[in-house]
Amino acid sequence: MELDPRYRFENYIVGAANRLAVSAAKAVAQAPGTAYNPLFIYSSSGLGKTHLMIAVGHLAMQLQPQLRSLYITLDEFVEELTAAVSAGTIESYKQRFQAVDLLLLDDVQFLAGRRETQSEMLRLFNALQRAGKQIILTSDRPPNEIADLDERLITRFAGGLVVDVGLPDYETRVAILRAKCEERGAAFEAGVLDEVARMNYSNVRELQGALNRLIACQTLGEAEVTARNVRELLGEKPDATPAVAAGARGQEFASFLNELSDVVAQHIDTWRVRVVEAMTYWHQLGYETTLLERTLEQTDEPDVDALLAQFESSIARLRALEQEAARFDPVLAESELFRDPERVGEAELLVARQLGGAEPPPAADPHLTRETFEVGPSNQLAVHAADTAVLEPGRKYNPLFLYGPHGVGVTHLLNALANEMSAAGGGAKTICCVNAQQFIDELISALQEGTIERWRARYRLVDALLVDDVQRCADTERAQEELFHIFNSLYSAGKQIVLAADRAPKQIQGLEERLRSRFEGGLVVEIQPPDHALREKLYARYLAAAGQSPDRVLVDFLSARAVANVPELEATVDRLVKAAEVVGVPLNAAFARKELEGGGFAPAPARAVDGRHGDDFFLDEEKIVWDWPDVSGRTIEDLR
Amino acid sequence: MSLVNYATREITCKIVYYGPGRSGKTTNLHYIYEQVPRDRKGRMVSLATQTDRTLFFDFLPLDLGMISGFTTRFQLYTVPGQVYYHTTRKLVLQGADGVVFVADSQARQLQENIESMQDLHANLAEHGVDTRGMPLVIQYNKQDLPADLILGVPALEDALNFRGVPSFAGDALHGTGVFETLRGISELVLRRLSAATPAGSR
Repeated sequence: MELDPRYRFENYIVGAANRLAVSAAKAVAQAPGTAYNPLFIYSSSGLGKTHLMIAVGHLAMQLQPQLRSLYITLDEFVEELTAAVSAGTIESYKQRFQAVDLLLLDDVQFLAGRRETQSEMLRLFNALQRAGKQIILTSDRPPNEIADLDERLITRFAGGLVVDVGLPDYETRVAILRAKCEERGAAFEAGVLDEVARMNYSNVRELQGALNRLIACQTLGEAEVTARNVRELLGEKPDATPAVAAGARGQEFASFLNELSDVVAQHIDTWRVRVVEAMTYWHQLGYETTLLERTLEQTDEPDVDALLAQFESSIARLRALEQEAARFDPVLAESELFRDPERVGEAELLVARQLGGAEPPPAADPHLTRETFEVGPSNQLAVHAADTAVLEPGRKYNPLFLYGPHGVGVTHLLNALANEMSAAGGGAKTICCVNAQQFIDELISALQEGTIERWRARYRLVDALLVDDVQRCADTERAQEELFHIFNSLYSAGKQIVLAADRAPKQIQGLEERLRSRFEGGLVVEIQPPDHALREKLYARYLAAAGQSPDRVLVDFLSARAVANVPELEATVDRLVKAAEVVGVPLNAAFARKELEGGGFAPAPARAVDGRHGDDFFLDEEKIVWDWPDVSGRTIEDLR
Repeated sequence: MSLVNYATREITCKIVYYGPGRSGKTTNLHYIYEQVPRDRKGRMVSLATQTDRTLFFDFLPLDLGMISGFTTRFQLYTVPGQVYYHTTRKLVLQGADGVVFVADSQARQLQENIESMQDLHANLAEHGVDTRGMPLVIQYNKQDLPADLILGVPALEDALNFRGVPSFAGDALHGTGVFETLRGISELVLRRLSAATPAGSR
């Protein structure tokens, strides 16, 4: 049966008498099948049960358009059942009901005395509940007062949440009348609606009927509707019996309750009420509310809006985490951590562990150790900072930004630092050392495979993050954003972050300002091309490695020559060793001088030495071409 | 006793109907009991003598359901009016959040009314309760009796209402003024909340 489009939450007036029912109904609409299943709404006739129930259907379908909902009155249910039994189509009848996600069953009090229908209902109820489908029932009385109702049905009906919708209080009645007038485009002089609201109507339907009558009177021009004649127009005798009359039994109590509600509302702190309402709501949904409970103990009124918004956002995060966890392990999703907004951090960690546990983050190259990293004035500041980061990770230089041109040992130092940190942690720490390019490539595959959460978790879980060639992130959008969030998450957790690049943060074009400022927030230190002292150490080491006996004069001669980087220095040693071997002479300073300065059989490697500075005293100015002619446009023949 | 417990979301309110013997305290409770829908009332406990006089006390628990998100329960008690039940009266009065003084409007009962009112104040003082802070309303019951038998409300006000508390003319047998009185005391009791110490357990 189609849902009546008029019945929506938007036009349902909420007052003290129906607030709980409306809150519960909204909760059900937002998450059908999870909270309050079944939801049993009862009230006397004409107080808005059906309206509320159908409003749930509308809202639920608005939030989840694929949801299959079915509204049916008990009478129709019975009719269809009878028809199905006589036509022998009982199976398809059952299937039809079992296929719905949200069953709205109106007027279940008519189950009274219908044994057959009751047992069919019981089966249907069980099937739907097992499948986690939402059921909403309405009745004019609570389950235990429905005559001859099967005990099992009573317990099932009452197993979720049973709420009643009471008589609206005076203010709510006025609000209802005003809303109806607006809906109908009618207007009355001041006091008319208030007078109608004061009249003794036992439900909203009668109230609406009275209003309809007044609207008719007004449009037909039969009589002018005023506050004074409104009672007469509605057929009330001037001397209506006071409420104490026997017929009004119960009415007096109801009006006492209504008035009491107003008094309570006036005299208890409204912010506490809001907090308590939120507590009730979330508690019934199974969430821990001690955080809210604690605020009740304070004397001063807190910023309730902010408090509740924060609480709700924590719950939203918990829900997302719970879903994420459930995708990998339904048992994990049962964890009580997902029910406590004060433990979002722990829940995050739990999910992160689960997601990231499968694949450890990239680690440092074990060959690039601190022992093999030679120190000299050109890099000692960087080395000192790195050593400090090992001793006091995350405390002194965080983040540490190392930069220097290619081949001066930035990558080596970064990996050495990662290896040292790993060793310092006894292997228990997760030290991630990743090249920015790998970071970006992994991110792209994670996006492709839809495993972004898992990918992210791997990084957020680490105890230290070291990113090499971070300049490669420049001009990326998502990678910078992810790096930004990972950075923040680790930084706030006091984890050490080390970044390496070929230039200073300021010089990286296309690096987002938010990252740049963060990179510069710790220590930025440069590694310069190897200085003389460092060259000495390196030449001695490479020559020894090549099987040459340490020749002090040779080492002195070589280290006096400037090099741009270590690979160049290594290449020089290689070249000399090979040349000496070919010629069959021992490698010494004289040979090296001849080989390197006099020109030899081996082609000299292209050098990027900036000869204008530093150790260039030995270079023959005449042999250096400073300005090469422009070769573009010339043929190869010309160049020969 | 705990009045509003924000933490457990409960309002529990103990109201004691006080007054001289036969002034109509139990009648008040009976009338309320009759009006309460079945699902809302607990069993009314009445320990009465054979002649229907309250021997110990009446106790009527009222479950008012959820009010502004609070499970609200009212506990209505009566004390035995007869002079010799002093100890019981004192016991029942303990922990009361509010008192309804039911006065007998009959002219010949004036002295009993005054004595009972004094007794109330003495008992409250013995419990260490500041009587000026205790929510109190007065109901002048039996105003339906012939005018020559009773005192009018102004005369009773003069004699009994020296504190100027809210008062109501009543006919508890037929219900007149019963709920007005209950409403009046409820309002006073709940009003005290806003001035009360704010804490989760209060």
